[in-house]
Amino acid sequence: MGAPDAERTAAQQADGQPAPRPESDDDILIRVENVVKHFPVKSIGFTRRTVGQVHAVDDVSLTIPRGKTLGLVGETGCGKSTLARCVAGLIPVTSGRVLFEGNDLSRLSRRQMQPYRREIQMIFQDPYGSLNPRQRVGSIIGEPFAIHRMASGGERKRRVQELMERVGLNPEHYNRFPAEFSGGQRQRIGVARALALRPKLIICDEPVSALDVSIQAQVLNLLADLQDEFGLTYLFIAHDLEVVRHVSHAVSVMYLGRLAEAGPKEPVYETPRHPYTAALLSAAPAADPNTAASRQRIILVGDVPSPIDPPPGCRFHPRCPKARQLCSQEEPQLEVKAGDPVTHVTACHFPVEAGENLAAAGSRESGI
Amino acid sequence: MSVTSVAVDVQGAERAPEQAIQGRSQWRLTWRRLLSDKVAVISLIVIVIMVALAIAAPAFAALTGHPPDSAYPNTGETAAGLPVAPGTNGFLLGTDGSGRDLLVRILYGARISLFVGVVTTLIATVAGVTVGMVAGYFGGVIDAVLSRFVDAVLAFPYVVLALALAVVLGPSLTVILGVISFFTWAGISRIVRGQTLSIKEKEYIEAARSLGAGPFRIMFVHILPNLLAPVLVLATLFIPQAIIFESTLSYLGLGIQPPTASWGNILGDAQSFYQQAWWYVVFPAAALLITTLAFNLLGDGIRDAMDPRTERIFAAGKRRKLDRARRKAARRGDQPAASAPGEA
Repeated sequence: MGAPDAERTAAQQADGQPAPRPESDDDILIRVENVVKHFPVKSIGFTRRTVGQVHAVDDVSLTIPRGKTLGLVGETGCGKSTLARCVAGLIPVTSGRVLFEGNDLSRLSRRQMQPYRREIQMIFQDPYGSLNPRQRVGSIIGEPFAIHRMASGGERKRRVQELMERVGLNPEHYNRFPAEFSGGQRQRIGVARALALRPKLIICDEPVSALDVSIQAQVLNLLADLQDEFGLTYLFIAHDLEVVRHVSHAVSVMYLGRLAEAGPKEPVYETPRHPYTAALLSAAPAADPNTAASRQRIILVGDVPSPIDPPPGCRFHPRCPKARQLCSQEEPQLEVKAGDPVTHVTACHFPVEAGENLAAAGSRESGI
Repeated sequence: MSVTSVAVDVQGAERAPEQAIQGRSQWRLTWRRLLSDKVAVISLIVIVIMVALAIAAPAFAALTGHPPDSAYPNTGETAAGLPVAPGTNGFLLGTDGSGRDLLVRILYGARISLFVGVVTTLIATVAGVTVGMVAGYFGGVIDAVLSRFVDAVLAFPYVVLALALAVVLGPSLTVILGVISFFTWAGISRIVRGQTLSIKEKEYIEAARSLGAGPFRIMFVHILPNLLAPVLVLATLFIPQAIIFESTLSYLGLGIQPPTASWGNILGDAQSFYQQAWWYVVFPAAALLITTLAFNLLGDGIRDAMDPRTERIFAAGKRRKLDRARRKAARRGDQPAASAPGEA
């Protein structure tokens, strides 16, 4: 029982200073620094006093190298989409910085933000809700050109039809309404719209969650092809771990507004150090029945606590099979744990060891 | 599966029905559903006939040889000075208290009524949509100020205020248009604000914002077209209200001034004769009733023909009432059944 403590000190010593950045700053397209987003909770009634704060995103930092994909995973309500909207400049951050090619976007006015809108585009989750039902496909995909006064008339139509062809839509359907397309086709419309201005960063907010599995693969392949062709950088948000594994170069795991674990794809998936990551991975269905049979599922007890009043210390401690007294008192920092590559960071006092059986620990804890 | 093969599949599979599907917009679908609604079609026909008659009013005047404001004391009044009955002396619907042709006057009244109904609704719709959309989209202080103003307008006892205004400003068509529009826009504004609040939260609004669209583009390109369906229904239902409002003012003598005919002032004059000349009351009242009923039924039909969501928004009040009635009925029905085992 003393072993994790000893290792924790070892890890701290090994990581006395911040991890050296593997890429030079030129290669980093977007850097999110200590972003905090709180939403005020207003009382009902005439005065509408602020009675609390929803801690949607708390002190989250990310970096995405140019041309790479960062997968952001977490349960519903953990702040993934809020973070995405902060990065896209759709909602102001409470504090922290969003650096796009070194320029801080978090304090810009709408007008100042305009040139960056061309560089950062979004693909939304709901292919039914994200397209205006009263607009024809041609105007939907052509809207970025209209807003940024780029191509007009026949030129715009030509470019829109090129885009439609590129994402696998029939350009003759230019005059149709979104209601006349299937879910997968609608998502392609959304992709074409995001692609219109040749952005550098595309934020994909659960782009395939609403689609059938067969259609998911098509859209994911399309996104991958477009990344190769245009050198796109993706911030890819999903709750489906296998989808994220498929598309991402690096992965960040969020829990209740904070990062639990972050790092390159392989170490995070192969040797998760945060008990939450381990639990998520154990819950994902495995394609291979042999793997599925040999795997121990970690059943988490309880629900995600309210982000209005997050638990003290480690936010995961009420549900963590490894939680001890320290976890409820001291907030763990993201740091490299012993034996991990310098890019793999975990916010946990008692990280998971290789071969450790958390499922057993979980049942023992919940039994007490 | 690679993207190119998908593209080929899509094109191959969907080229054939291209002609059949093209141009099937929501409006066209709505129109088709509307045409399958008998009541709505009949209402539409009635309205079209009414409009045609109103336009053709001078032709009727010429045909009968009775201009709307000419009195015929010899042929149009009995010896006692009362109106003559329908069919007498070439007066198809009889005459009014001054011996004028009632048919011609009702048709001229239709011009006023329909004009006032349509124009005030147009003004009120433009004003109501603008205010409601701005309040709903911007929210905050703008919303608070505009919404309180709307509340204030809706809280006025409007007939009393309309009468006061008509007295102060003197009755005229302009004053009537102004007064009716002023008391109608607030209701439209309130509903449009609610709709805007819900549309504003849609993902396509966020998508537009992420593309860099400004507030005006979002309001006019993205919110307004999605408001048109409910607003069209609303406007159709406000036309008959405006017509009745105009009639009320004219009936009270503060609307359209004699000798110009309006359904309201014909009815107002008719009340002194209702015991002697039933036609003097019945025909203008019937014209008013049929027209407003047709507009109301058409509005209902349009609402039903729009997507089901629209229907629910506007039928909410009606549905609540229905539910309450049903629950009450269920309680009555249940009570004997529930008490029976207890007694046993």
